[in-house]
Amino acid sequence: MTIKEIQEEIIDEFSMFEDWEERYQYMIDLGKTLPLIDEQYKTEENIIKGCQSKVWVYAEMENDKVIFTADSDAIITKGIIAILIRVFSNQSPKDIIEADTGFIDEIGLKEHLSPTRANGLVSMIKQLKMYAIAYQTQLN
Amino acid sequence: MLNIENIRKDFPIFSRKVNGKPLVYFDNAATSQTPTQVIDVIVDYYSNYNANIHRGVHSLSQEATDKYEQARLKIQKHFNAKHSHEIIMTSGTTHGINLVANGFSSFLKKGDEVLVSALEHHSNIVPWQMLCERSGTTLRVIPMNQDGELIMSEYDQLLSEKTKLVFVNHISNALGTINPIKYIIDKAHSFGAAVLVDGAQACPHLKPDLQQLDVDFYVASAHKMCGPTGVGMLYGKEEWLKKLPPYQGGGEMIAEVTFEKTTYADLPHKFEAGTPNICGGIAFGAAIDYLNHIGFDAIESYEHELLEYATEKLSEIDGLKIYGTSKHKTSVVSFNLEEIHPYDVGTILDKMGIAVRTGHHCAQPIMDYFKIPGTVRASFAFYNTKQEIDALVEGVKKAKAMLS
Repeated sequence: MTIKEIQEEIIDEFSMFEDWEERYQYMIDLGKTLPLIDEQYKTEENIIKGCQSKVWVYAEMENDKVIFTADSDAIITKGIIAILIRVFSNQSPKDIIEADTGFIDEIGLKEHLSPTRANGLVSMIKQLKMYAIAYQTQLN
Repeated sequence: MLNIENIRKDFPIFSRKVNGKPLVYFDNAATSQTPTQVIDVIVDYYSNYNANIHRGVHSLSQEATDKYEQARLKIQKHFNAKHSHEIIMTSGTTHGINLVANGFSSFLKKGDEVLVSALEHHSNIVPWQMLCERSGTTLRVIPMNQDGELIMSEYDQLLSEKTKLVFVNHISNALGTINPIKYIIDKAHSFGAAVLVDGAQACPHLKPDLQQLDVDFYVASAHKMCGPTGVGMLYGKEEWLKKLPPYQGGGEMIAEVTFEKTTYADLPHKFEAGTPNICGGIAFGAAIDYLNHIGFDAIESYEHELLEYATEKLSEIDGLKIYGTSKHKTSVVSFNLEEIHPYDVGTILDKMGIAVRTGHHCAQPIMDYFKIPGTVRASFAFYNTKQEIDALVEGVKKAKAMLS
């Protein structure tokens, strides 16, 4: 699936939730169940320090697609990471670079991507794109 | 006895909703809310006598200058400073600390020591680290115990003839501990050291008597005292302020300027370069009037009641741990739920219209001491109610249910 298709699928899923509680419970469950990153990659090098929660991101290239894994010490942040990974991972560097994150507004999670939120997510998205740019350079 | 229902009517913000719920505002240690009595002063200033001060011969300027200087007198009286020129208007607590740290570096030499408490806000750590780097002075830390209290026997041991300066907050922003500053000041003085007390967290809750405390420097912010942001005060004993070199150069702080030499203005203007926050200063005075009208004795006893109620109710929640358990504390409850990140709890509470602070509260060394990433901090003011605390308790229970 393309990034756009995945985003639409997520918007569809979130439209079924009736209130914030259902939305958040879904993200919390996502955050709890998904093993997101191999422990060996939870290093200082891969850490993005938010003021509040920490985020780890690791990337590798497989068959010209970028595979992201990530984690956070806060579970809601982790849930959002799970959504971002679903969108961005296993895509070509070019598609990742060109993708936008407007869908986050549509699923009612905009506040988590505000720079003042200081949970590391804004920097995380930047980091995903940086990885994609680096891999794109390799491909060229 | 405070009439909370009436007091709440003074604060327009309490009529609004957040995320569809009535606002429960428990982030008072970050900034307090503003009553109509202060908002009106701000509106009046810009509507009726907005002018630059201390220079103009025209009536508006005179009027604004009078009001601004009246505010300084109110601050002097409130804090019981000996002279009004010992009150320097600043942009806030951080500005005041930097002003002193910057000036003090010229008095320090290699081998001197400055003491800082383990309970400090970053704004009372970083400027002193910068000072120590510049002057080759050693920074030493007064440690704390598990209750979040400074250990006075350790403080006694740290003090020596080498100690030149001690800086400590009156009340810890992260834990709410009230520090024994009178003891700290007297003991430091017996070694000839000066003391700076960061009063940002104390001034909303109590009324310090600066002459009685015999403190050398004391700093505070208006926005934690029902006043506007961007304004605060530095108190310094006259003899210190005379000795300290100016912090910033500019207009207002000079007596005479030639390209060869500038002579500085007298106190307090020597430290007040440029156009100050005129409206903010006047509104700061109005905020002090407002708090005194409510009365600090009443504020202290009511807030203590809120603290005890919240501590009791929150403690009943399984797996909730409170950080900062000193017997001497203000209305701050810093806590965590077992195995749950404070960010997650804060996020769920926000969805329920409850504003708390989460994170390290700009006091990372305290969090490192407890080996936690941060806490959820609920801080209460005299306009909060027990019903609001009940809402917080319900919110925390819900967060626990969702996140466990």
